[in-house]
Amino acid sequence: MKRYLILEDGSVFSGFGFGAPTITTGEIVFNTGMSGYQETITDQSYNGQIITFTYPLIGNYGVNRDDFESITPTCKGVVVHEVPRLANNWRMNMSLDDFLKRKGIPGISGVDTRALTRRLRNKGTMKASIVDAADDHAFDQLKALVLPKNQVQQVSTAKPYPSPATGRNIVVVDFGLKHSILRELSKRNCNLTVLPYNATAEDILSLDPDGVMLTNGPGDPEDVPEAITMIQGIQGKVPIFGICLGHQLFALANGAETYKMKFGHRGFNHPVREVATNRIDFTSQNHGYAVAADSIDNDRLLVTHIEINDQTVEGLRHRQFPAFSVQFHPDAAPGPHDAVHLFDEFMDMIDDFNRREK
Amino acid sequence: MPKRTDIQKILVIGSGPIVIGQAAEFDYSGTQACLALKEEGYQVVLINSNPATIMTDQAIADTVYIEPITLDFVTQILRKELPDAILPTLGGQTGLNMALELANSGLLAELDIELLGTKLSAIDQAEDRELFKNLMNQLNEPIPESAIAHSLDEAQTFVNETGYPVIIRPAFTLGGTGGGIAENPTQLETIVANGLSLSPVGQVLVEQSIAGYKEIEFEVMRDRNDNALVVCNMENFDPVGIHTGDSIVLAPVQTLSDREVQMLRDASLKIIRALKIEGGCNVQLALDPHSERYYIIEVNPRVSRSSALASKATGYPIAKMAAKIAIGLTLDEIHNPITGTTYAQFEPMLDYVVAKIPRWPFDKFNKGDRRLGTQMKATGEVMAIGRNIEEALLKAVRSLEIDTEHLIEPALTAVSDNDLVQRIIHPQDDRLFYLAEALRRGYSIQELAELTKIDLFFLDKLSHIVELEEQLRTDKGDIELLEIAKKNGFADSEIASLWQITTAQVRKLRQESGILPVYKMVDTCAAEFESQTPYYYATYEQENESIVTKKPSILVIGSGPIRIGQGVEFDYATVHCVQAIQKAGYEAIIMNSNPETVSTDFSISDKLYFEPLTLEDVLNVIDLEKPEGVIVQFGGQTAINLAEPLSENSVKILGTSVESLNRAEDRDLFDQLITELKIPQPVGATATNTPDAIEIAERIGYPVLIRPSFVLGGRAMEIVHTTEDLKHYMQEAVKVSDDHPVLIDRYLMGKECEVDAICDGHEVLIPGIMEHIERAGVHSGDSMAVYPPQNLTNQQKQTIVEYATKLCLALDCRGLLNIQFIIQNDEVYVIEVNPRASRTVPFLSKVTKIPMAQLATQLILGSTLAELKSPTGLLPAGPLIHVKAPVFSFSKLTRVDSLLGPEMKSTGEVMGTDVTMQKALYKAFEASGMHLPNHGNVLMTVTNQDKAQALELAKRFREVGYQILATPGTTQEFKAAGIPVRQVSKIAATSGELLDRIKAGQVQLVINTTGLNEAPQVSKDSIVIRQTAIEHGIPLLTSLDTTAAILTVLESQSLMTQPL
Repeated sequence: MKRYLILEDGSVFSGFGFGAPTITTGEIVFNTGMSGYQETITDQSYNGQIITFTYPLIGNYGVNRDDFESITPTCKGVVVHEVPRLANNWRMNMSLDDFLKRKGIPGISGVDTRALTRRLRNKGTMKASIVDAADDHAFDQLKALVLPKNQVQQVSTAKPYPSPATGRNIVVVDFGLKHSILRELSKRNCNLTVLPYNATAEDILSLDPDGVMLTNGPGDPEDVPEAITMIQGIQGKVPIFGICLGHQLFALANGAETYKMKFGHRGFNHPVREVATNRIDFTSQNHGYAVAADSIDNDRLLVTHIEINDQTVEGLRHRQFPAFSVQFHPDAAPGPHDAVHLFDEFMDMIDDFNRREK
Repeated sequence: MPKRTDIQKILVIGSGPIVIGQAAEFDYSGTQACLALKEEGYQVVLINSNPATIMTDQAIADTVYIEPITLDFVTQILRKELPDAILPTLGGQTGLNMALELANSGLLAELDIELLGTKLSAIDQAEDRELFKNLMNQLNEPIPESAIAHSLDEAQTFVNETGYPVIIRPAFTLGGTGGGIAENPTQLETIVANGLSLSPVGQVLVEQSIAGYKEIEFEVMRDRNDNALVVCNMENFDPVGIHTGDSIVLAPVQTLSDREVQMLRDASLKIIRALKIEGGCNVQLALDPHSERYYIIEVNPRVSRSSALASKATGYPIAKMAAKIAIGLTLDEIHNPITGTTYAQFEPMLDYVVAKIPRWPFDKFNKGDRRLGTQMKATGEVMAIGRNIEEALLKAVRSLEIDTEHLIEPALTAVSDNDLVQRIIHPQDDRLFYLAEALRRGYSIQELAELTKIDLFFLDKLSHIVELEEQLRTDKGDIELLEIAKKNGFADSEIASLWQITTAQVRKLRQESGILPVYKMVDTCAAEFESQTPYYYATYEQENESIVTKKPSILVIGSGPIRIGQGVEFDYATVHCVQAIQKAGYEAIIMNSNPETVSTDFSISDKLYFEPLTLEDVLNVIDLEKPEGVIVQFGGQTAINLAEPLSENSVKILGTSVESLNRAEDRDLFDQLITELKIPQPVGATATNTPDAIEIAERIGYPVLIRPSFVLGGRAMEIVHTTEDLKHYMQEAVKVSDDHPVLIDRYLMGKECEVDAICDGHEVLIPGIMEHIERAGVHSGDSMAVYPPQNLTNQQKQTIVEYATKLCLALDCRGLLNIQFIIQNDEVYVIEVNPRASRTVPFLSKVTKIPMAQLATQLILGSTLAELKSPTGLLPAGPLIHVKAPVFSFSKLTRVDSLLGPEMKSTGEVMGTDVTMQKALYKAFEASGMHLPNHGNVLMTVTNQDKAQALELAKRFREVGYQILATPGTTQEFKAAGIPVRQVSKIAATSGELLDRIKAGQVQLVINTTGLNEAPQVSKDSIVIRQTAIEHGIPLLTSLDTTAAILTVLESQSLMTQPL
């Protein structure tokens, strides 16, 4: 079925509908990963967004039961150049088309995604809509659209839940967590308690955790002020590791500022330098906001990682407290495993802290 | 980390002559590396024996040695130059092996020369089977299990541990003779028993079989700070079992989930880090299609064919970066030359699909064994870029230049179902076409997957193409369908044939409907960053990115894939043409389809279109760019064949006019011309059927030289001695028709010469005359050539110059003209004229120091020799003697006869230069791998007509200390002439004393000549002798002229021992 992708700036891309046949609106972004569409689509950091894949063939190996990053993905749409008629992989149990239909996510294929990406690169991310007719009405609707500010609330767990094991006690504050963060902690035998995004410092400390993981999540960190207060209440008392939105919230809690990037970092070939060692890792990234380098109070925070191409702040460490954060995803999924050692560093930090406390 | 300042002078080792498995990709990587080192301020010394390359141009290094890449010569150069370091990782296996030899000889330690890039230990670890196994075990990376067995019991013990299937390879048999895959105990018993008996040491290697696994390659880089990255991953269309050089390859990987990709990425990076390689490395892996089990197949600790492909597929210049890393720079301080804004520490992201298809030589070697396996057989490859697999694949198919612009081989419709299935199970080079044929016959992709283990995902792409054909056939004229077909890579010509209209009509319809290609940029980053790379491919989509500049432009057509008869020489000429265009102030635009070459390095031209070289694809680029004109003289037959159709489409062909091109190429027009000019040529005529051919042959007298018109590299050219042979030729060897006549000429057994002339329409420059060592009858591309000529009289030279000048002027040539002559009984005949750059242009340019292609380009652009203050006439020769020698790849091509004849068979060339003919010849032989000790045994089996000459040669061999071995007939004659000969018995089937002696290494040289009219048994024996020599690496000569040449070398080296 012929469908259209229309952008806020008036441009129209025609294509063919797949997935759910619904009309959708959201912020349109692009991702440069050549594999890992299943992980990307189910990543809650894409809440409210329409994802453009720059690689032209998406869906080649179908969708399998293992590679989900959330149970109910909440991205608003998928834009691709081509979805193969036949997908094949020993692990697949359904096609991408079937999966998107089941999850109520519309897709559009046959789009000149390179032209679209160039537009987004030059003009920045913008509002977009997948519609059946690219008429004035559709553009009016698009213009009138106000992007939501309660994205974290939409994707965070409403109630706490445990994921028991016998190792270190970790509280995971869920801002829209990717399963791979839980997988990495589980691999390290951590006894997990996942709390909603609005858990207070008291809620957390009452569980007497060994460490607190601040997860990734969608949207503007300034839309989650309660988390900032929470972080200020726990830092120094318990080791903290923040990822992505968790990193931005950690920065805000320590006086830094964040800003919206023109088109963000979405893909997994971003080279990040660890300042102390000069080690460079290729990292999986998905963020539209970043910590402003010049806003960092050097008495409180130390910049530990930077992106080598555009110098974005990619990692912070607290100068007094056992707490650090990274803008990228050491949990990968999709993308390289180069930075997965940070989970071990978190474990070491917890053990050091415990040793000193005792 | 800044670059090193403790080294100043670096020696780069090139890869030598082009052979199968080591081709133009090393000209590309070597050139890039030398330029990168120069750019960083180092003094670069280069050694490479191959004159046909850009790499051996004087501008590429500070000092260029075109000398044999042997221990002796490299040692001599090292002692003379005393470089601080050697960079051995960019000259293929030749470069690496030379580095190992130098290190083992102790010279590097003695002269305190460092190896850059890859340490010796790493080369050993990657190349030595046992060390490699140990390293993989240490790293916990799986390799296929294997064991050596001397009995069935031992083999069974191994299988009990690993399970079936297993591959059995008998030890020390060539080409895997007697091996096979066993899937059950019965098969194991049979194959092992057979293998043990065939192996001279009674030993077989039993290896866990991973045939049918997905074959994946990772191109990785690392610097001395341990930064490591993946430039590109690639997936073979053909599963494990076919050499990756013979596989159809797609980039990036297509059927792997991210989890699988990252697992293999981790393994690849772990390996390059463990080997501590500073530069590029290729890791080949096999992945089980039904689990996450994988194996490391092979690691190449150097720049490779795959890295050239990966560089072109991504835009990331691996060789250049590898050179910079080798001198101490790190990836995070080198800028990515594509974006200019990001760093080399970057993993490219593609937003297109790349397909590579190998180019095989079986159009020329129709008797060769076409089965694909572990031995690579392709001479070159093509690459195509599209926005989906169908588009990339079909563009690649029509880039192959194999007389089809679509996935269709008309002859296959006649193949029986049984043969079809056999060809699909046991792949030949043309399996892709068999698969398409099977789909057309209604085989399901599931059945084909079962037979081939090719992934269903890929087979469905082929199926989609076949379904589109069917739809097109049904819905003629459907514009929407036309657009879909174009988006899936269909050529206008294929749509035309399905719609039963002309290609021009399809084109017009397409243009009227606004279905036009757009050009997208290859930028390494999927458009995430702004880039200025002038590197484009065509596709059918919304937005065009190729912006036409105001500057007037010239389009240069490249030469496509490397094949026998059209090698790297044409890429050399193309690159020089581009440079001259730029110097003349134009924008130089290049079109080519070959990923291995320098011409498709995006930094060479102002704009590169990586596209098939068909009329449609070229016209599309012209429609957009509207160049001032097109230059077709440098891209070999590929480009010259486009001249007429382009001109018919109102495109301006620069240089020699299309009319003149036709006069040179069309036999009848050429006959008229040459008669008018009163230039002698061998008597001949054109035939379109067998009776005519017989009549002509009888009229001019046997032997005759017969060939199809419009051929490349003497394809299907033969010397025919009898009517019987002639009939056979007409029926078997060629498809003769009114449109495709054969040319029959009197065969002149004389001395052959050639010239490349440069002409502005008024004056002619002849940089030099080349004299061939082998008499007429051996293709000029397979002959040794000497410059300056050693045996021509001044009168003969003058005649050659006179004829060349007449022809240039009569053809109103603008640019280059290659003319071949035969001199018989002091009469000079013209036998062939090629109105374009020939394969001798780089050789002659280098030895005469006349940049011929550049000069010719200036003339093509309208300048004159007078304006350029160029000399005219025949240039005087310098004091040195230069010999060009051909290099063959017979050891890679079973069942291809190594007998030299009018059909070209060599894949590459080398050059030897020195002050005397003997020394130059010696170097040429050494460089081409023809090393002769100064004593030993020479086996002579010659045809009757050669016996007298052979006798003289035998005497000379005796003089320098060689023993003669000969078969009974020859022995008698030689003995009668007083030459001591050791008689060896004739061949019985495939064994016998003669062959045993070759196999046992008791023969140092085999001389074998044969005639077409030999008894079948004689010619069969002859073939067996030649094949045995090649399989055992014994120098083989099939021309007595070459033999005489090598004798002069041996004679010059031996001191006289004369009794009183």
